[in-house]
Amino acid sequence: MKIDATGLHYRDLNARVRAAIEAGERELLIENALGQRYIGTGITAPQARIEIFGVPGNDLAAFTDGPRIVVRGNAQDAVGNTMNAGTLVIHGDAGDLLGHSMRGGTIYVKGSAGYRVGIHMKAYGQRFPVVVVGGAVKDYAGEYMAGGLLVVLGQGVPAGEPVAGRYLGTGMHNGEMWVRKPVSAHQLGKEVGQVPIGDAEWETFQTHLAPYCAEFGIDQGQFKREDFVLLRPTSHRPYGTLYVY
Amino acid sequence: MRRWLVQPEFKVERDPARCIQCQVCVRQCANDVHSYDEDDELVSSDGASCVGCHRCATLCPTGAIAIGRSQLDFKPNANWTPENIRNVYKQAEGGGVLLSSMGNDKPWRVYWDHLLLNAAQVTNPSIDPLREPMELVTYLGRKPDQVRVERGPDGKAKLATEIAPQLKLRTPIMFSAMSYGSISYNASRALAQAAAEAGTFANTGEGGLHTDFRPYASNMIVQVASGRFGVDPDYLNIAAAVEIKIGQGAKPGIGGHLPGEKVDAAISRTRMIPQGTDAISPAPHHDIYSIEDLLQLICAIKEATGHRKPVSVKIAAVHNVSAVASGAVRAGADIVAIDGLRGGTGAAPTTIRDNVGIPIELALAAVDSRLREEGIRNRASLVAAGSFRSAADVAKAIALGADAVYIGTAAAVAMGCHLCQRCYTGKCNWGIATQDPFLTKRLNPDVATRRLTNLLRGWSLEIKEMLGGMGVNAIESLRGNREHLRAVGLSDREMAILGVKPAGE
Repeated sequence: MKIDATGLHYRDLNARVRAAIEAGERELLIENALGQRYIGTGITAPQARIEIFGVPGNDLAAFTDGPRIVVRGNAQDAVGNTMNAGTLVIHGDAGDLLGHSMRGGTIYVKGSAGYRVGIHMKAYGQRFPVVVVGGAVKDYAGEYMAGGLLVVLGQGVPAGEPVAGRYLGTGMHNGEMWVRKPVSAHQLGKEVGQVPIGDAEWETFQTHLAPYCAEFGIDQGQFKREDFVLLRPTSHRPYGTLYVY
Repeated sequence: MRRWLVQPEFKVERDPARCIQCQVCVRQCANDVHSYDEDDELVSSDGASCVGCHRCATLCPTGAIAIGRSQLDFKPNANWTPENIRNVYKQAEGGGVLLSSMGNDKPWRVYWDHLLLNAAQVTNPSIDPLREPMELVTYLGRKPDQVRVERGPDGKAKLATEIAPQLKLRTPIMFSAMSYGSISYNASRALAQAAAEAGTFANTGEGGLHTDFRPYASNMIVQVASGRFGVDPDYLNIAAAVEIKIGQGAKPGIGGHLPGEKVDAAISRTRMIPQGTDAISPAPHHDIYSIEDLLQLICAIKEATGHRKPVSVKIAAVHNVSAVASGAVRAGADIVAIDGLRGGTGAAPTTIRDNVGIPIELALAAVDSRLREEGIRNRASLVAAGSFRSAADVAKAIALGADAVYIGTAAAVAMGCHLCQRCYTGKCNWGIATQDPFLTKRLNPDVATRRLTNLLRGWSLEIKEMLGGMGVNAIESLRGNREHLRAVGLSDREMAILGVKPAGE
């Protein structure tokens, strides 16, 4: 089913998307998206496929639980906010707050993303959120992160230039971040540290990288172990000794 | 536990003539105040770790236990109070942030105690609520700017205005947000059951909704807080309403940490976080840095719930509360809940709890006035929170402009809380603020439900009596009607903010 979003208010557009999915439609094509917010928000049909041409607005796929959403262009802020499951593929750049409080599912961004990427992501049970950003990210990536995987590949960023901003993983207490080198100590939050990349870590990383590379037709072999820094929290209880009674 | 310079707060006295060595007190105290010496066959007590919760004294079959304040007093000093001195000792010892539970216990002015309600005499006869209908039903949610009625083709009048989703309360009292985690399973169950029985609402707090409580979801408000614990589309859609928690009266401007020790298997499932990890709620929502961002989350929740649920925004009463409330209403909040200076908590830094925020009475009056001045009062209902101790407090809040109130501490007290203010230790002897199975089983959820519904019934009857005395027969007639209030002992400026006249005028 094809929906032309030209001139549509977000409520009308999203009502049509929801009605179509409730009626059993599983393949939706949205054309001419122009900043309409909340596309795919709260959608729980795991087999639904939504392809978007144009630029979807903020909170794309917020609280989403299952569908696959592909954006053939750039996305704005808060993509996958508090997302539970599903796959989001952004063929351009994404804005701030990508994957905020995400509990499960996968977000692949071909280009770069803004500030506060993957902030407060958390894993639980079978749910394990994965965010892979092809280009660079700004400050506060992975802040308060409580689980999952955040990857910054740095494609298109000249070698020797940092691909992430500062305050990486501030308050982080679970999960891990892979960031292309160089990563300087001053970029790290107080609660994270760099850990050596062993064979096991690298192999697991490859299993997360493979579907990303397949999605965008990128050569996986170009990513070398020595090009990456693996960041993990230094404590699972960063604020455990804060109080007196 | 006992620190070098910190002397006990309480002393425990046992009357040897009455004590029968039954050891009930030994089993009941999670703080190990009482012990039994098998060689001497004697129960004895050490008051050093007593928190003053009265569990032992209440359950002692012979009334042998008396608990009093420690007689070891400091030299009187109006500036350096014993509490100030003790706190310095504690921090000198531990080097951390002082933690407290329950609401602000400092003697800030309680404005309810300076406001008096009106009653009718002769000219506007009073009404007897025992014999005449007295309406307490309250609807929370956005009210239309105007109501249009059209005549259909069949000649019958029809409502042409679309009415926003509303919560229907049989009495204008709801149970405030208390998360499963901060309180026990049995306490959470009792609040949910009582709300369903009494036709009102219980708020889940930010700890998620336990699957066992889903049958009560139509009487529950679910919270979306900065940690987003347990929030998924199902959680948003199953409840009667969704509340975005921006702030809490006991700790405005700061977040919270549920320590990993309290995150057991069931809490882990409900919050959707791994067992044993800290549940960290950051101070701000990371997707809300402005009113526009708040609007975005409100709209996202409305989109995710098909615009079928009212969305509430809970804010702490702070200096610019009326501007914030106005922004929240303009951002699309259907309900604005305001939590005042004396609002309770499971754990908050003492210095924040005792010194940050403003009293709910002033905040409520200021917000109600501001929304009226801006002509947007109808767009959202106001819920006041922050220590309602009696039906009179509730009636005064309604007269100041609240549509309904949230009670948290009063509900806990109804279930047996003795306000010892040690929720953060997780050793609640009354089985309310603990996850220890030995302690939680002390609270029978069905008995607690009955106590909660009894409290709501008692307060509702009292509100009806007060309404009848004023000569009105519906809570709507009192709502925002400050002519029914008079002040005693307040300054002109305070009365101006409250919008009330002095008694006698």
